[in-house]
Amino acid sequence: MNVAVVAGPDLDARLRVYRMMLEARRFEESAHQLFLEGLVKGTTHLGIGQEAVAAGFAAAMRADDLTFCTYRGHNHTLLRDAPPGRLMSELLGRSEGVCGGKGGSMHLTWAPTGAMGSYAIVGAHLPIAVGAAWAAVERGTGQVAVCFFGDGTTNIGAFHEALNLAVVWDLPVVFVCENNLYMEYTPIGSVTAVENPAADRAAAYGLEGLLVDGNDPDAMYETASDALARARRGKGPSLIEAITYRHGGHSRADPGTYRPDEEVRQWLARDPIPMYRARLADAGASEEQLGGIDQSVELWIEAAVEEAKAAPEPSVDSIATEVWADGGSQWRN
Amino acid sequence: MAELITYREAVARALAQEMERDPNVYLIGEDVAAAGGVFKTTPGLLERFGERRVRDTPISEEAIIGAVMGAAMNGLRPVAEIMFSDFLATCWDLVANQIAKTRYMTDGQVALPLVIRTANGGGVRFGAQHSQSLENWAMSVPGLKVVAPSTPKDVIALLAASVRDPDPVIFFEHKGLFASRGEVPDGELVGQLGEASVVRSGPDATILALAAMVPKALQAADELSAQGIEATVVDLRCLVPLDTRTILSAVADTGRVFTVEENPRLCGWGAEVVSIIAEEAFYDLDSPVVRITTDHIPLPASDILEDATIPSVTRIVDTVTRSLD
Ligand SMILES: Cc1ncc(C[n+]2csc(CCOP(=O)(O)OP(=O)(O)O)c2C)c(N)n1
Ligand SMILES: [Mg+2]
Repeated sequence: MNVAVVAGPDLDARLRVYRMMLEARRFEESAHQLFLEGLVKGTTHLGIGQEAVAAGFAAAMRADDLTFCTYRGHNHTLLRDAPPGRLMSELLGRSEGVCGGKGGSMHLTWAPTGAMGSYAIVGAHLPIAVGAAWAAVERGTGQVAVCFFGDGTTNIGAFHEALNLAVVWDLPVVFVCENNLYMEYTPIGSVTAVENPAADRAAAYGLEGLLVDGNDPDAMYETASDALARARRGKGPSLIEAITYRHGGHSRADPGTYRPDEEVRQWLARDPIPMYRARLADAGASEEQLGGIDQSVELWIEAAVEEAKAAPEPSVDSIATEVWADGGSQWRN
Repeated sequence: MAELITYREAVARALAQEMERDPNVYLIGEDVAAAGGVFKTTPGLLERFGERRVRDTPISEEAIIGAVMGAAMNGLRPVAEIMFSDFLATCWDLVANQIAKTRYMTDGQVALPLVIRTANGGGVRFGAQHSQSLENWAMSVPGLKVVAPSTPKDVIALLAASVRDPDPVIFFEHKGLFASRGEVPDGELVGQLGEASVVRSGPDATILALAAMVPKALQAADELSAQGIEATVVDLRCLVPLDTRTILSAVADTGRVFTVEENPRLCGWGAEVVSIIAEEAFYDLDSPVVRITTDHIPLPASDILEDATIPSVTRIVDTVTRSLD
């Protein structure tokens, strides 16, 4: 029998993961800056500090695998190869935005590469990911659906319904709880019956409770590879809890002052990006290689921001389009 | 050739027709497979199409609706059954926030060709949580097509059209009609969404009705005929898309309009239809439009009380005659 052995990524692959995390970080910093300038309207929920989860998974996924994420979904959509300028344009509500300005920050979607949507009603996308995985099985595509959600999401009913059905139907779906210790402004521990909101509940679905360091992209990559391979072998779903932290507030300009200073300090010291940079240097990456990536990402983000700022505003003619598959919005004759 | 079948048999016939035609059509729901459905609308499908395509689910309405949504995104044309339409309240996020809005919010990147079938309506003494007529919930959400047939033939034709439609359709099957019979022609039947049907013609009044109110409107029209009042009866069949052309032309022909609605009074489909008539056909009217609806109350269970609540043939006849006096 041909047992797939997941090889650890080589240095080149790890440098790519480093680059992915850095791109995500710069994207979010720019999004925040543009929000403060009033160019990004409404709201943003940034993934700064949580990049290792998105990068580890995106690096391990197959090109046709499907990603489902939350309103905190910029990292996930970007790292599934959505065009950065068009993502930023969407945040600015421009016509070139991936959703033509109809989605906004909380609804980034780029179906051509399998970023199947950012969902802003807590828990909704878990059963949707289950359905995508069900179709993958029936059509024999070998795809896996990966569903990212927060710690707070484990307390809504859809979590339970989705996990149970995924297991009963043995579906290729990987549930990834990004435990950043808070649901909005409330510490998750104060509203949850168990210490580890996802891992401690895995047993209820006959699953193994998997806890992983969500600030370590190598660990994330390995965990992702295992779960994806397991799903592709027909062994059904996995439930992974990645412990991580958002550096900023929940959304918009939230300063996050409800968090103890010492806790914030400790987590900032565990920033996944400098930690990984140092690790790769130890593993033999030259300063030239790493610095080259750093510089190239600066140019990359400048280009994305410029593209978005230069993108035209949407025409109001687009308002009544794409309600229906015929492209229009007619509800009567 | 034609055959007399029941409304509930028509559901299974339509699903079989579509599952035979397209291997991507799947059916899931609580008790739909081995048991053939709580209302026996899906018997024989498991045996015919196998356990992969006809599948029982746990009591997880959010998972059922989420599953058909995700599957529709990824290449299937799934059909979900929600046992009673009242249970839509438990998965309304998936229906109204997700399914209805996803194409629009993604600017057309994601198509959702799916059908949610559900047993709707009252008259069966189930009480307020198993009897509601909820088509107006669906009608009020942009992005959902809404179908509610009144005859076995329309069940087949419109369920087939719903399965083939590229957009999400909520298909309301009326509990009170499951045992009713009607003629259906042999062979494949496919209808067109958004076409009302003029089921009776007369110059004196137009009665607009939907689902179980259609046979009542027809019976009322017969009784009115005995009094010398000849009414047109229009079966709307679909609320979205809405066939305003047929409605407005009936208004122009008769000058008097009555809606017969099973839903509670406020924001029933008739309110929307009447507002369209007021805006676009006001000068065709010979008298005020009258809505005949269930009172704005939860439905009671007792047969005496329920019958006095839902519009009856007598109430339709009395309302029309009083108005024409
Ligand atoms: C059903 C629902 N309830 C409440 C909210 C408001 N809300 C938005 S984000 C959020 C916190 C979610 O926390 P978590 O799942 O931990 O994700 P995180 O924001 O930490 O990534 C809440 C309560 C919502 N969007 N949907
Ligand atoms: Mg959280």
